[in-house]
Amino acid sequence: MDKEDLFIPRLVTTEEIFAPGHRACIGCGEALAVRLVCKALGKNVIIVNATGCIEIISSLLPKTSWRVPWIHTIFENVGAVVSGIEAAYKARIRKGRISPKDVKFVGFAGDGGTSDIGLQALSGAMERGHNFLYVCFDNEAYMNTGIQRSSATPYGAWTTTAPVGEKQPLGQMTWKKNMPEIAVAHRIPYVATACPSYPLDLMDKVRRGSDIEGPAYIHILSPCPTGWRVSPNLTVELGRLAVETGIFPLYEVIDGEYRLSFELSELKPVREYIKKQGRFRHLSDDAIERIQARIEEDYTRLKSKAETGL
Amino acid sequence: MIRRVGLEGSFAVAEAVRMANADVIAAYPITPQTHIVERLAEMIAEGELDAEFICVESEHSAMSACVGASAAGARVFTCSAGQGLELMHEVLYIPSSMRLPVVAVAANRALSAPLSVWCDHSDAMSLRDTGWIQMFAENNQQAFDLTVCAFRIAEAVLFPAMVHIDGFFLSHVIEDMELPADEAVRDFIPDYEHPFVLDPDNPVSMGCYAPPFIYPETKKAQEVAFEQTKSEIIDVWNDFGRAFGRHYSPVELYRMEDARIALLTMGSASETAMLAVDEMREEGEAVGLIRLRLWRPFPFTELRDAVKNVELIVVLDRAVSFGMGGPVCSEVRSTLYQMENKPHVIGFIGGLGGRDISIEEFKYMVKRAQERAKKREEEIEKTELFGIRE
Repeated sequence: MDKEDLFIPRLVTTEEIFAPGHRACIGCGEALAVRLVCKALGKNVIIVNATGCIEIISSLLPKTSWRVPWIHTIFENVGAVVSGIEAAYKARIRKGRISPKDVKFVGFAGDGGTSDIGLQALSGAMERGHNFLYVCFDNEAYMNTGIQRSSATPYGAWTTTAPVGEKQPLGQMTWKKNMPEIAVAHRIPYVATACPSYPLDLMDKVRRGSDIEGPAYIHILSPCPTGWRVSPNLTVELGRLAVETGIFPLYEVIDGEYRLSFELSELKPVREYIKKQGRFRHLSDDAIERIQARIEEDYTRLKSKAETGL
Repeated sequence: MIRRVGLEGSFAVAEAVRMANADVIAAYPITPQTHIVERLAEMIAEGELDAEFICVESEHSAMSACVGASAAGARVFTCSAGQGLELMHEVLYIPSSMRLPVVAVAANRALSAPLSVWCDHSDAMSLRDTGWIQMFAENNQQAFDLTVCAFRIAEAVLFPAMVHIDGFFLSHVIEDMELPADEAVRDFIPDYEHPFVLDPDNPVSMGCYAPPFIYPETKKAQEVAFEQTKSEIIDVWNDFGRAFGRHYSPVELYRMEDARIALLTMGSASETAMLAVDEMREEGEAVGLIRLRLWRPFPFTELRDAVKNVELIVVLDRAVSFGMGGPVCSEVRSTLYQMENKPHVIGFIGGLGGRDISIEEFKYMVKRAQERAKKREEEIEKTELFGIRE
């Protein structure tokens, strides 16, 4: 281990902006990710939270886990609420109502709140160019309501609404929606993927995304032991495997230029990732082969974008 | 300096928003509300109004952006109509539950299907229970006055307020009206400071999650506070009357002094109804008109006072509550249930999807209501949809 590996984590603040005592499941990858995101953002921030796991575990009246201003309204409107807050600050500062301050406007939502029901509001906010950071905490299904499939659920995963049965042996029959690419298509200045298994990389990206002027989008894979049917001690390991197998590659797109966060000389077989999870236990070798082929195809495409910069 | 101008209802509303010096406007275009947003966008482009205009991608996002902006301390405005209000519906409950003084104007429009861009009150009726203060204007002067008042009312009581103006009948009709001086309106609406703003210097959590052990208490608090808004609304209208010489009250009466029969209307049809009352008076019928100005909170006592000596109330609804009749009619009936000498309440539904309501039709309603009042109970309960071509 390099000396840096021991030293650098000490630079991370010990202050907990997302306070402990919340009600997340044991081993929650999303709570871990939120904690890291908040540490990277600091206190000069306003957070808009969609309905979902994080909202219900952190804000049960009359208590709150938020040591920064935080607002939740409904499920699908984070992009719009954050637009309103940003506009309000712009107008009030311009009109001399409040003294100028450099506040970061941040939206939090899950994969359902982002790639399904909240997609329109997010797309509108990105297109209009508000100065905000949007963080999608992707645990690959509607976990808060009890593991129902979303458009971010991976191919072949069992969920309660894509169950495994005689006639449908596969579970989820569609491929995961590529939400970061949808963000890139808006030609916003910053898009990144991250995972709490790589905490320093995640925090770097949050800082970059929130410092940049204009819309920024970070998509964080947040392993969910409850919904993925794994033991809670595997959260971090699964995040690493997701990256190492290439099923969830880490990269940034800065002003349209792709940059891989880690050069993987060789992808680990996806079987290593899949075999650890109960949600994939029904998968046939054929199905795993299909997933492997798809990963290789997608990863090659991503690598060539990173090589050419486009 | 007061100016006499000819203005469309939409432009009158835009003038009110400009004079109120709104900070953030978030809106999505929909007929017949478009002229309001177009005029506001123009005012901002010309530098006549210093505001952020968020051209959102839907009405759902329009109200969501208003909620965010209001929570961040801005004075905010939006407007919509018909389908737009329906799409916005889910979000409408948020500012009223979170005590955010968003101001909105609805250019009332019928609901699909079949598609109709024209006026009725179906959209307004579906918003009854969203916890907004709601009032109805019947001409462009009122559209302006009530919008100005809505800002002050909403910010005084920390509830959202909506002014209903009939689509096309007001939004697109040019009328003679008075515009007060900008300074007079600025003086009337003081600078606004929300007590709990989203601000990193003083962090608050808004919109938390409430399980059964605390949810009912939040609703009780909301209901108690909402009921109390009526006196503040009346105070603001009285102040407005003193400052500008035009007076509003929750229930406004026309020729009701010795009336035996009362017509009851909301919105632009009230003006036609007044003409009908004049004619019927000349014909010797003791008819008056009750115009319901304030729709939420509902003016129970004012309405009961207004009909103390009335034998028959003829209610016009511009919306259908399927299987129930006219929504206004049923609320009027329930209000009067406590009275010892209850007048008959006979309901009519008309003016759907922009169909005109004529003076003759008001006369027909009054005549027909007297016949129906004499009949069996079912006949009284039934709401008649008049003016249908068969």
